[in-house]
Amino acid sequence: MKHKENFFVRLQKDIVRNKWKYILILPVVVYFLVFHYKSMYGLVIAFQKFRPARGIAGSEWVGLYHFERLFSDVYFPRSLRNTLLISVLTLIFSFPIPIIFALILNECRVSWFKRIIQTVTYMPHFISLVVICGLVSTFCSSEGLVNQILEFVGIESKESLLTKPELFYAIYILSGIWQNFGWDSIIYLATLSGIDVEQYEAAKIDGAGRLQQMRYITLPGLIPTASMLLVLKIGGLLSVGYEKILLLYNDLTLEVADVLSTYNYRKGLVDGEYSYSTALGLFNSVVNIILIVMANKLSKKAGQSGIF
Amino acid sequence: MKKRKKRITPSDFILDAVIYFILIFAFVITLYPVWYVIVASFATAREVTMSGGLMLWPKEFILGGYQKVFQDPYLISGFANSVKVLIVSLPINLILTLFCGYFMASTNMMLKKIIVYMMMFTMYFSGGMIPNYLNIRSLGLMDSFWALVLPGAVSVYNCIICKTAIEAIPSSLQESAYIDGANDLQVIWKILIPLLKPTLAVLTLYYGVSHWNAWFNASIYIRTKTKLPVQNILREFLLANADQNGGGIGDTFDPYSEAIKYAAIVISTLPIMCIYPFLQKYFAKGVMIGAVKG
Repeated sequence: MKHKENFFVRLQKDIVRNKWKYILILPVVVYFLVFHYKSMYGLVIAFQKFRPARGIAGSEWVGLYHFERLFSDVYFPRSLRNTLLISVLTLIFSFPIPIIFALILNECRVSWFKRIIQTVTYMPHFISLVVICGLVSTFCSSEGLVNQILEFVGIESKESLLTKPELFYAIYILSGIWQNFGWDSIIYLATLSGIDVEQYEAAKIDGAGRLQQMRYITLPGLIPTASMLLVLKIGGLLSVGYEKILLLYNDLTLEVADVLSTYNYRKGLVDGEYSYSTALGLFNSVVNIILIVMANKLSKKAGQSGIF
Repeated sequence: MKKRKKRITPSDFILDAVIYFILIFAFVITLYPVWYVIVASFATAREVTMSGGLMLWPKEFILGGYQKVFQDPYLISGFANSVKVLIVSLPINLILTLFCGYFMASTNMMLKKIIVYMMMFTMYFSGGMIPNYLNIRSLGLMDSFWALVLPGAVSVYNCIICKTAIEAIPSSLQESAYIDGANDLQVIWKILIPLLKPTLAVLTLYYGVSHWNAWFNASIYIRTKTKLPVQNILREFLLANADQNGGGIGDTFDPYSEAIKYAAIVISTLPIMCIYPFLQKYFAKGVMIGAVKG
């Protein structure tokens, strides 16, 4: 009892002493409570038969009914498979590009040229997804640039490439690489600027050529950062964003393009099945957090500092 | 040749050639679509449609696209709404982020840990799309301008960038100000803000870009077309099935129908393109922090 009193007395003193800091943080706390925690409370509708008119308090509880429905829904495995496929393919193809780009850019000795290349390759990161997807659909249209190039190398195609399911992943991933390879290389370039110059001097004295220096000094210097980022990506395997898919997919590519988040969007906001799609979203969030915790453990085991 | 200190070996020459070839390739690949947009904004609809994306310079140079942008009522309202979002959001974003960073960087506070945990938790777990949507609806923000401002008022990620920048400032500066009798607000205003200018500029860019490029929230929260921000209007323009345009080549074809789209892209993208190169050298820090903190 004495200890408890002591705590509140200390807390009171702490609040008085730091009152300005607490006043400053108050609006931020209110923001998180209203826009994040209040909507987290809304997750309970996954266990209800939610009717907007009745609200959360007045809706009927149905236990795990929506989760049972979820696991027998034929579209659920499809969107799960597509989500995993898109993440894994994106990881395989997009992950190495910024590393290679940073390695190459690091070898460029002309500083003004290097700076121009950096400025230009960072640019697509700032272009909106709406514009990027608009350009993708222009370039992939039936008479578009990509078809013209394909025709030039002898592959005749008179359809919009965005209507072909087999090309959806390629378009999604390549446009993603285009948008982000420069931006994603920043972290590697920053890592490279931290490598001790003496290592290169020593290698030169030992007679190592530039390729050997790249292979034995620069590349190993990038590996800790790369492995940390890789682990972080594993934590995000089940979170393919909906924005780009919504902008690119259509009825013809739905079979391969529909991911958990877009399925969730259609079920919830188009069909209005609030409870069901909340259950789907909750499932997705829980798996995500399990993956993140696992990734964090993995990164700690690998000797890197964890993310939290 | 004698004056050169370093001898260039053939293998070095080949390596350099490969490196510069790849870099120039990256340069062209990145820049071409952007160049195309600019060129197409000055070209006639017939030329744009026929080119299908392959055009280096317009045969016929027209400015009508830009005029049309300023005559289209929805593009005008779209631009106006997006600018309004920026004007209202950015001060809120910056002030709250600064306060939050200051709070996170301060020591000896009993409630700091729990408040920081509460904020960090939202980076890993959220209600998700539907609960967020229902929350906004229950707050009465449907079809309201504030639905575009308030949900993105603070980003934890940016707060961490701000906190790290504050921690890099020698604490003796703040302490001496306290001894002179300054309160927290005065410390922030007189000492931190002048020293944090580069960080605040980068945060302005990050927040600004995220508001300017956002379209999804508006697409679910805003019902009235004149209240939509510019990206949503662009989306209708651009993704209104690029393939259908081909059918219209003829005399009745509006020569500006394509130029207006691209002109709208240019106008909507240009402000950011002019700003980010000046902040480029500060990007590395933020990205490092972001990767470490998740």
